[in-house]
Amino acid sequence: MDRRLKTPRVRRLIQLYAALLYNAHLKGFAKGQIYTGPLKNLCVPGLNCYSCPGAVAACPLGALQNAIASAADRPAFYVVGVLLVFGLLLGRVICGFLCPFGLIQELLHKIPTKKVKKSPLTRRISRIKYVLLVLLVVVIPLYFAFRRVPLPAFCKYVCPAGTLEGAVLLLLHPANTALRSLIGGLFWWKLWVLLAVLLGCVFVYRAFCRFLCPLGALYGLLSKLALLGVRVDPSRCTDCGACVSQCPTDIRRVGDAECVHCMHCITVCPTKAISFRAGKLVLHGPELPERRRHS
Amino acid sequence: MSRRAALWAALLGAGVLLIVLGVWNGGARDVLAKAVKICSECIGLG
Repeated sequence: MDRRLKTPRVRRLIQLYAALLYNAHLKGFAKGQIYTGPLKNLCVPGLNCYSCPGAVAACPLGALQNAIASAADRPAFYVVGVLLVFGLLLGRVICGFLCPFGLIQELLHKIPTKKVKKSPLTRRISRIKYVLLVLLVVVIPLYFAFRRVPLPAFCKYVCPAGTLEGAVLLLLHPANTALRSLIGGLFWWKLWVLLAVLLGCVFVYRAFCRFLCPLGALYGLLSKLALLGVRVDPSRCTDCGACVSQCPTDIRRVGDAECVHCMHCITVCPTKAISFRAGKLVLHGPELPERRRHS
Repeated sequence: MSRRAALWAALLGAGVLLIVLGVWNGGARDVLAKAVKICSECIGLG
């Protein structure tokens, strides 16, 4: 069997394992309570709300906003360092393999309906995530930090992962009647945002990742330098453009800032010029079987 | 070593240094303190 055909299944399994690992506090789902142990010192690489009853570690995007919101007291060294290391090692491979919210979006996109294809318009819309990164994750939390008002603006006004994993799972639990009594306008706003995002993902491939996710934007800025990722072998590439035209995201080149490393390009490349690499080491792609045969 | 590899190594070193500094200045403790409480902003309660 052609090894390339197995790629999506392997990726899906890794996505599932990552989602389970991030949310391994299964007792929390039963009790409607969040995990409060020492592992929450650590950040997971993907978007996973730390108020999810199952979450065993911190959300890097929430942690970043809160660290910036405390910048008047201490610089945000820790979270910036963690994000820099994640971005340099894994880049947007995190989006394709290690993000539970990415997995949810991909599963929703499997619902058989007419799909919205990428276009110059979706490419323009994909810039919104950089605006959200600058405004809601950096500028607004920093502005309010010096007024001693902690405001993680993306978490508060947009984050659909927080609404789905945190709000819905916590507030639906019968043990949390006190929390439910606090529901107000902000909750309903966030619920509408969540429903719009989930509905959008049915029609548009990974709509949230492509258009709105500031964490993806941040990792995208480091994607050129990331150790892990899909790479093109220039000696085999014929510039046919199949990789870019058949990619479901708004890439201009394989492995650029918009690439979520779904590995589709490896499958469609007619000259087998694309592989998934860690530096110079081929982890997956057409070169791997040859290497094995020679060794 | 190529320029790109040198830049990558320098940035990775800076990232690790930032993590160490962050643990030293209490940034990691802040992450824990926030993450062990229900985040009212995240769940849309304020």
